[in-house]
Amino acid sequence: MTTTLTPRRSRPPAQPASLRARRLPGYAAPALAALALLVAAGIVYGVDLGGPVLVVVLGAVLYLAGLFVAANAVEGRRSARNRFWSALIHSALVLAVLPLASVVWTLVSKGTARLDGDFFGSSMNNIGARDANGGAYHAIVGTLEQVGIATAITVPLGVLCAIYIVEYGRGRFAFTIRFFVDVMTGIPSIVTGLFVLAFWVLIVSPWFNDGQPGFSGFAAALALSVLMLPTVVRSTEEMLRLVPAPLREGAYALGVPKWKTILRVVLPTALPGIVTGIMLSIARAAGETAPVLLVAGGGAAINFNPFENNQSSLALFVYQQAGEASKYSPARAWTAALTLVVLVLVLTVAAKLLARRNRLGR
Amino acid sequence: MGETPHRSAHAGTGGHPVTLGHERSAGASARVAEAPVSPRTPDDDRGLGGGGGLPRARAFGAERAFRGVTLAAGVAVLVIIAAIAVFLIAKAVPALRANSANFWTFEGWFPNDDPPTFGIGALAFGTVLTALLALLVAVPVALGIALYLSHYAPRRLGTALGFVIDLLAAVPSVVFGLWGRDYLVGPVADLSAWLNRYFGWIPIFGDGPYGNSILLGSLVLAIMVLPIITSLSREVFLQTPTANEEAALALGATRWEMLRTAVLPYGRPGIIAAVMLGLGRALGETIALALTLGSTYAISFNILANGGNSIAANIANRFAEANETGRGALIASGLVLFAITLVVNITARAIIYRRREFTESAA
Amino acid sequence: MAKRIDATDVTAYYGGFKAIENINLTVEPKTVTALIGPSGCGKSTFLRSINRMHEVLPGARVEGSLTIDGQDIYHRDVDVTAVRRMIGMVFQRPNPFPTMSIFENVVAGLRLNGVRRKSILDEAAEKALRAANLWDEVKDRLGKPGAGLSGGQQQRLCIARTIAVEPQVVLMDEPCSALDPISTLAIEDLMFQLKDKFTIIIVTHNMQQAARVSDRTAFFSIEKTGDPGRLIEYDNTQKIFSNPGQKKTEDYITGRFG
Repeated sequence: MTTTLTPRRSRPPAQPASLRARRLPGYAAPALAALALLVAAGIVYGVDLGGPVLVVVLGAVLYLAGLFVAANAVEGRRSARNRFWSALIHSALVLAVLPLASVVWTLVSKGTARLDGDFFGSSMNNIGARDANGGAYHAIVGTLEQVGIATAITVPLGVLCAIYIVEYGRGRFAFTIRFFVDVMTGIPSIVTGLFVLAFWVLIVSPWFNDGQPGFSGFAAALALSVLMLPTVVRSTEEMLRLVPAPLREGAYALGVPKWKTILRVVLPTALPGIVTGIMLSIARAAGETAPVLLVAGGGAAINFNPFENNQSSLALFVYQQAGEASKYSPARAWTAALTLVVLVLVLTVAAKLLARRNRLGR
Repeated sequence: MGETPHRSAHAGTGGHPVTLGHERSAGASARVAEAPVSPRTPDDDRGLGGGGGLPRARAFGAERAFRGVTLAAGVAVLVIIAAIAVFLIAKAVPALRANSANFWTFEGWFPNDDPPTFGIGALAFGTVLTALLALLVAVPVALGIALYLSHYAPRRLGTALGFVIDLLAAVPSVVFGLWGRDYLVGPVADLSAWLNRYFGWIPIFGDGPYGNSILLGSLVLAIMVLPIITSLSREVFLQTPTANEEAALALGATRWEMLRTAVLPYGRPGIIAAVMLGLGRALGETIALALTLGSTYAISFNILANGGNSIAANIANRFAEANETGRGALIASGLVLFAITLVVNITARAIIYRRREFTESAA
Repeated sequence: MAKRIDATDVTAYYGGFKAIENINLTVEPKTVTALIGPSGCGKSTFLRSINRMHEVLPGARVEGSLTIDGQDIYHRDVDVTAVRRMIGMVFQRPNPFPTMSIFENVVAGLRLNGVRRKSILDEAAEKALRAANLWDEVKDRLGKPGAGLSGGQQQRLCIARTIAVEPQVVLMDEPCSALDPISTLAIEDLMFQLKDKFTIIIVTHNMQQAARVSDRTAFFSIEKTGDPGRLIEYDNTQKIFSNPGQKKTEDYITGRFG
């Protein structure tokens, strides 16, 4: 240790006396951790407070405190803080990994139990509480149809809206639209479900349904498209803004009108990014349960017609099977959940890969 | 900013009685009313093809038409927001009229009875309580992981884990709900018993029975919003200019001090946005809570005992049995939820917009 | 207040790529030393090695020995933050903390070191801003965002931030490359004044600037792209620009090679 003992006044407050610093030896952290665990075990089992989980938790707390005290004594306050926060950040990671890993593990281990042809080939029609078979074919059909219709409605509307905001909108009015698109992002899915329930199922559809409320897959698609719209608008907007100005100016200079420039030059350039946003919004919509529950009604039988009668969806199927009393329903619920997650993840991964290949970058 | 809600209300009232099928032309006519540009616009509202299909000689008209179509799409957003409010109110009012109990204070939900009685108090309380508890747990952990991924982990590991987190953020909530109901309930019951035994003198750790409690619901919500908040704030932290991080380091900052001086202040608006998005998700979450809460109608601060409820979970649980008034009552509760999330959202956006303007004008 | 720096066989890597090889030079206290050379020759890498900022980049490392008044900067027991406090750095582009006011920017380094007393901070901020020739321009708006200043003012703010902690050595990585000629002159004047207190090492692409401000000049070069940068010649500035010892140096400063 070459600590030069200069009087404190002669150097400014920020300057160290020496470059060398006293450090905790490399074995200090693991030794402290072991000690903390031992002490924690002693306390927990000595006073009979609880089990091994508590030992680990208390040990972690003791370790953090001990690390701070030890580092503070040897290395000084700044280094002690640095070590303390670093340890805290790492423990946050450990803390979060446990439940998330448990979710994934449960999903995979439970979900594979019913992963058979029957599950993908049959519906729940005429399946009683004592029947072990039955499947989610009808729910898969429902999910695909509803999400497909929702996409068909949302994509043109959302892309056009984004074009307005980026290319034509000026001043306060465009700002207002942007602001409310942002606000729309936060509307809960159940509220969009209630909206379509009130507006379509209870008020509009009785006109051509003999006065009866028309629960249908189409109604679910409407609710999902309200959910998807803000995501599509925002991501398209972001992508359009990334299109370099010279590209537009080049087209204008050739005498191409603005609308044609947008359709022929700007949109194709931004296309990969827009598709990424659309796929992410589809993934989100496919996993929604609440709106489908309210306006599509669910149902055990296969119904290919999204415009008439009840329809189910994968997410809703999971929820309904979770509520069944049959001892076979948990397996069906988990397998449907796994199917749903795989569907959503395939979309998400594809979207991310596409985003990575995007020429415009982020 | 002050004028914004007023304007939307104006645009909305123009469009609300029109059905969705006519929405675009409704939007277009609303636009014409506001700024009459082209008389041709309302004829042409069929999307891209409409604009492109016009003969070349009338390119000027095509330009106007295309512009009108995009404007109509923009207005549609305002129309939808207004329509949500209008239709929910239209269906909620009859049920609220029929309600013979105080909607705000009555603790119970019997809209199918005659006379119907139902109250939002306990539900709104449960909604806010579970969401806040969930954020209390999730936000510190999420920020910790985000910092780890952006500034502690080796770059490759950080990118890989970040990708996994992004995927987890996309997992549907019904999966978390199912997991919480089937697998988290046991450990949480044990934890509840332990908390009650040693900390029972704190009112929130009251007596059992333990099981589908507010604690369980909040923890499931926390685990659900954790990847969402992590993923967003990680992106925010990664956007910190390297120049600022290096400036802090060159002043002799430790890694934590660098995060404190350069990364966290710079990312604050983004963090607020991420937390608010998480709060919005937690407030509106339906299925995860429908599967894990005890579905009772009392305001209780005991987070350990069976019970708890939320507006969204109540809608999912009671929808199947609801009659005409029952549906109206549920829609009324949804309206309250809509209002809560709207207030949260608008507040958050206002904060972010103001912050963004500050940094942009400064840069 | 100013210290001497000795580099012995300094070699720096980015992952597998060797950026500079076997650099040997000595920087005397209270002088201005300019590092010149073509793009990619490792001037900045060498500069960043001196206060251990090089290793901040993933995969980057340094071999050889660098000492400041005989203390090895890369010794195992050395506290990196102490090195960086002792050897301050000004970057190519002005980088004030965007969320902080002018005042907070200047005292950021002192705050990190636990200085809390308002009177000390005020005094230090005024001293540093005066030393950076910025005091008169900003004294009435110390509470305004630092990012609201002009580019030249921002760079002087960054210099003030660096010298507020009173380092022994100030490293400048092309501090004027993003600035207009008038701001550049202001910063060059500043360097003349700072030389009384600090040892200054500056990387520059501008040979006139090197000739104007520096006492000693080091010329770095590379054979071809992909090769490590080497120190070709190191001498008094006057000698380098009037009568260089190496053919390569002469070619470079006369513009025959770049």
